[in-house]
Amino acid sequence: MHEGGISIWFFIGICLVVTGALIFGTGIFELVSPPLHRVELYELHAPIWWGAILFVLGAFYSIHFRPGKSDAAH
Amino acid sequence: MIALAQVAPSRLVYLAPVDIVIITFYFALVLAIGFYLKRRANTGEDFFMAGREMTAWIAGLAFLSANLGALELMGWAGAAYQYGILATHWYWIGAIPAMLFLALVMMPFYYISKTHSVPGYLKLRFGEPARAVSAISFAFMTVLMSGVNMYAMAKVLQIVLGWNIHFSIWVASITVAIYVGLGGLRSAIFNEVLQFILIWAGALLIPILGLVEAGGWSNLQAQIAHNASAEYTHLWSTLGSFNNNPMGINWVGIVFGLCCVISMGYWTTDFLVVQRVLAAKDLRAAKMAPIIGAAFKMMVPFIVILPGLAALAVLKDPNTGALIKLVPEDVATSATGVAQGLHSYNDVLPLMLARYCGPGLLGLGITALIAGFMSGMAGNVTAFSTVWTYDIYRALINKDDSDHHYLNMGRWSTVLGVIVSIGTAYLVMRSASIMDYVQALFSFFIAPLFGTVILGMLWKRATNAGGFLGLLAGTLSSIGMWIWVVSDPSALRYIALSSAAKPMAENMFRALWSWIICVIVTVVVSYATRPKTESELTGLVYGATAIPHEADMPLYQRPIFWAGVVTVVFVILNLLFW
Repeated sequence: MHEGGISIWFFIGICLVVTGALIFGTGIFELVSPPLHRVELYELHAPIWWGAILFVLGAFYSIHFRPGKSDAAH
Repeated sequence: MIALAQVAPSRLVYLAPVDIVIITFYFALVLAIGFYLKRRANTGEDFFMAGREMTAWIAGLAFLSANLGALELMGWAGAAYQYGILATHWYWIGAIPAMLFLALVMMPFYYISKTHSVPGYLKLRFGEPARAVSAISFAFMTVLMSGVNMYAMAKVLQIVLGWNIHFSIWVASITVAIYVGLGGLRSAIFNEVLQFILIWAGALLIPILGLVEAGGWSNLQAQIAHNASAEYTHLWSTLGSFNNNPMGINWVGIVFGLCCVISMGYWTTDFLVVQRVLAAKDLRAAKMAPIIGAAFKMMVPFIVILPGLAALAVLKDPNTGALIKLVPEDVATSATGVAQGLHSYNDVLPLMLARYCGPGLLGLGITALIAGFMSGMAGNVTAFSTVWTYDIYRALINKDDSDHHYLNMGRWSTVLGVIVSIGTAYLVMRSASIMDYVQALFSFFIAPLFGTVILGMLWKRATNAGGFLGLLAGTLSSIGMWIWVVSDPSALRYIALSSAAKPMAENMFRALWSWIICVIVTVVVSYATRPKTESELTGLVYGATAIPHEADMPLYQRPIFWAGVVTVVFVILNLLFW
C-alpha cells in the first residue's frame, strides 16, 4: 500500500495463521477427547479442515507479503 | 475445552476459553495496526484520504466492507427467514447496478474534481448553501447512526453472549477511537479489509454445513416449500402484485424505488462508502474499486441469505427435534415470548452459528460479528471527522489555518464523534423508539441528494439555486410523507399507490417521490435562473470535463470490460433464481 510499509495482506495473513492454528488445535483436541455436547454435523470435524484451510491461506499471505519483501504487492 | 455452544434460554451461545483467546487476539491486532499506522498519518491528506494511494482491490473491499456491518448481516439473515429469497434484492438489484453506475458514470467527476467529500463536490458544483445543508445533515446523522448501531450491537452481544451492555459499548468505542484517531482513514480501511476476510472466514461454514444438512439446494427448496411456502425461493416471479409475496411489495417498488433511487442514492452519494473509493491511487483504481466491490457483493447472499433460508428447513430444537419457529422481535421480547423461550428472526444467524460451530469456530464467528460492528462504527466516525473538518469547520468556522491544525482537528473530531455516538447509544437505551426515528431520518436525505448530485454531474444547465432548492424540496417532501404515514398509517395507500402495500413498500415509494420532486424543482428553478458558464463547470459536469480515454489499455484492464462481466453474472443469477 505504501513504499516501505507493511501490507494489509500481511496483517490478514497473521490473523488467519493464528486463528487457523487455534481452531485446528481445538478440532484435534475434540477428535481425541470428544465433547459431551456436540454440535450438529460434528462427525464432519469442521474445525480440523476449516482451521487447516485458514492456516495455509494465512501462511501464504504472511510469507508472500512479509515486510521487507521488495516485490510485495501492496 | 468441551463444546459449549448450545442454545440456552438466558443467552444463545456460550464461549469457551479458545473463543475468548481469538476475540482478544483480534482486539490486540486492531490496536497494533492503529499504532503502526500512526506514523503514516502526518498530513491532512494522509489522515482524511489515506494519502490517496489505495489499490483498486483494497479500496473496493473497504467500499463494500463499510456497508457489511454485523447488524446488516444479522438483520438480512433474519429478513431472509421472514421474507424468503426476496431479501436478496437488497444485495443484487439493490446494489449492483448502483455500484457499476458509480464506477463508470460518477467516479470520473468525483475523482477529477479532487473533492475530499460528497458535500465538497456540492460546494464546487452548486455553491456553499448546498454544501452546508448536505454537510451538516450528514455529520449530524452519521454520529447518531453510529450511536444507534453501537447500542444495537451491544444489545445483540448481551442477548447472544450475555455480555454487559456497558462493557460492550465502552470497549468497542475506545478501541475504535484509538485506532481511527491514530491512523485515520488508512487505519479504518485496513481494518475494514481485515473485517471482510474475517466475515467470510467466520460465516462461510454456516451455509456450507446448512446445505449439507438439508441435502443440497433442491432438497432445501422442497423443505422450505413444505415448512413455509414455495414463494420463499423465488426472486421475481412473485412480484407481480403486492399480495403475491410475503414482503407486500411489487416489482415497481423494487425496480424504481429500490434500484433506481434508494440504492443509487446510497451507493453513489453516501460519503460513508464513497470516501473509500476517493482514497484510490488513480482514476482507473477509483473506477475498478466499485466494480470489485460489486463482484463480491453478489456473493454476500451466500453467507447472509442462505443461512436464513436454511434455518427454515433445518433449525430444530436439539432436544425435541421439532422445527424452531422464529417470531418478530416484539413477540420474542414480550413477557410471554421470554417465558416460552422464543427467539426473534434477527437471532437466526447466531442460532445457526451455535448449531454448527463449536469452540474455536464459534470464537471466529463472534469475532467476525464484532469486527463488522467496529468497522461500521469506524466508517461512520472517519466520514464524520472528514466532513466536520473540511466541510463545516474549515468552510464555516476557521477558513485559513495550517494543514497540521486541520489534522489535529481531525483527530479530536474522531474522539468527539465517538463520544457523541456513546451519548446517542445511552439515549437510545432510555427510549428505544429513538432508534426508529434516527433510522428514518437518515433515509430522508439519501434519495434527494442523489437527484441533486446526478443532475449536477450530467446536466450543465443545473444552477446553484436549482440544486439547493431541489435538495431542500426533496428532503422536506420526504419528511412530510414520513410524518403523514406516522400520523395516519392508511396514507401508505396513496404513497405506494395501492391499498395492499405493506410498510416495507413505504421506504421505496417515499424515496421515489422525494427524488422526483427534487428533480422537478431543480429543473424548473434552473430554467428560471442564470446558467453557469462553461469555465465554472470544468471538471465537474459531463460535457465540460476531459475524461481520460481507456482505448490504449488492453481489454482486460478496462473497467468497462469488468463491469460487463459483472453485469452478465448479475443477469444470470437473477434468471437462475427467478
